[in-house]
Amino acid sequence: MCLAIPGKIIELDKKKQSATVDYGSGTTRKANVSLVEVKIGDYVLVHAGFAIQVLDEKEAKETLALFKEMLSLQEEK
Amino acid sequence: MFSLRDKHLANDIISQIKKAEVHLKFMHVCGTHQDTLVKHGLDMLLQTSGIEIGQGPGCPVCVTTPKEIEEILVLAKEGKTITTFGDMIRVPGVTSSLQQMKAEGCDIRTVYSIEDALFFAEKHKNKEVVFMAVGFETTAPTTAAVLLRNLPLNFSVLCCHRLIPPALQAILQMGEIKIDGFIEPGHVSTIIGVKPYEFISKDYHIPQVIAGFEPIDLLMGAWMLVRQIQQGKAEVENEYIRAVKPQGNKKAQQIIRQVFEQVDVKWRGFPTIPHSGLRLRKKYASYDARKRYEEDLKDLAEEEFAEPVGCLCGDVLRGLISSKECPLFGCQCTPDNPVGPCMVSSEGNCNIQYRYSKK
Repeated sequence: MCLAIPGKIIELDKKKQSATVDYGSGTTRKANVSLVEVKIGDYVLVHAGFAIQVLDEKEAKETLALFKEMLSLQEEK
Repeated sequence: MFSLRDKHLANDIISQIKKAEVHLKFMHVCGTHQDTLVKHGLDMLLQTSGIEIGQGPGCPVCVTTPKEIEEILVLAKEGKTITTFGDMIRVPGVTSSLQQMKAEGCDIRTVYSIEDALFFAEKHKNKEVVFMAVGFETTAPTTAAVLLRNLPLNFSVLCCHRLIPPALQAILQMGEIKIDGFIEPGHVSTIIGVKPYEFISKDYHIPQVIAGFEPIDLLMGAWMLVRQIQQGKAEVENEYIRAVKPQGNKKAQQIIRQVFEQVDVKWRGFPTIPHSGLRLRKKYASYDARKRYEEDLKDLAEEEFAEPVGCLCGDVLRGLISSKECPLFGCQCTPDNPVGPCMVSSEGNCNIQYRYSKK
């Protein structure tokens, strides 16, 4: 139920209420984006037809490095 | 970009947990977490590292009460068009299920989103369309967003939304099981942020980690809980920083507050949990199916409905037993012929255990 799928915004209507989201492998679908502030190119989490949060691309890319750093810090203790 | 399945990193995390030589019990409250844990064998891997991790009341379909199911069945029988999410259709009630009623000719429709239900109502003004709204904080803002629009008069909502933090508190207050830490649900947290969990750590000295849904997310979540316990801390940490902002989604929070008020509600397997449910505020009462169809539902008002005979979903949802300890699991109760909701929903513990253990 709380499953949310990440996808990339590839089209946005003028009122910024509805967007076309690309989920990869050629799958696209309309989503309601009224709960978030988005622009084309943003990654969003979509749940039950609504984008519920914008994903932080920088944080996502740095996640692995951050985890490795946390583990190595603990190892040193 | 979002796949976190690095085997070496997983080994490093497990090796550090093993070094800690712990014997701990963690609970999470999310079907998607359970799916990742069981699908990838992480529950077993953690068990060999001294950590037992299990699912609590983290499946919205599963915690919906027999009475709420009877309410929607009555409305279906009275000729309303019922719309809801797929899993809900198959949950057995005391008298029938939506699926059974569909087979008997009632108008029951599966929707992907509340918007689909609304579009259907707009196109079919001759039908009275009821959307059964189940789900936690992740789903509640989607219902709220729709209720804020100019809605057609033939549309209403049977609200069964529930909130996670009061349920966590209820589990701790009931004291039936020892819990050393909570892994908190990532997508509920995208909406509510970090703060609503803080009282749990402060009042009950329980460490918590908000975690994402990739295998590494959950292993890191477990490791971060172990680290807190070793350091004698009880805080709310956020592992899922790529999606969960400390303040959550303020717009979603605001419309939840605008449309709903918190009420005391029962959860399947639980007594009434204070402030754990959402009800439509008076301003939106004309779209509240319980108010609009009060006459149809009046016979249910004082009635209590028991769990299906032999079904231990309540114990599974309180984390007291694993699905496989239920005598009905895999014999009388299977996904094709479910007795209780935990075997129906793809987020239910029994369904997940069955899916990944039966080859």
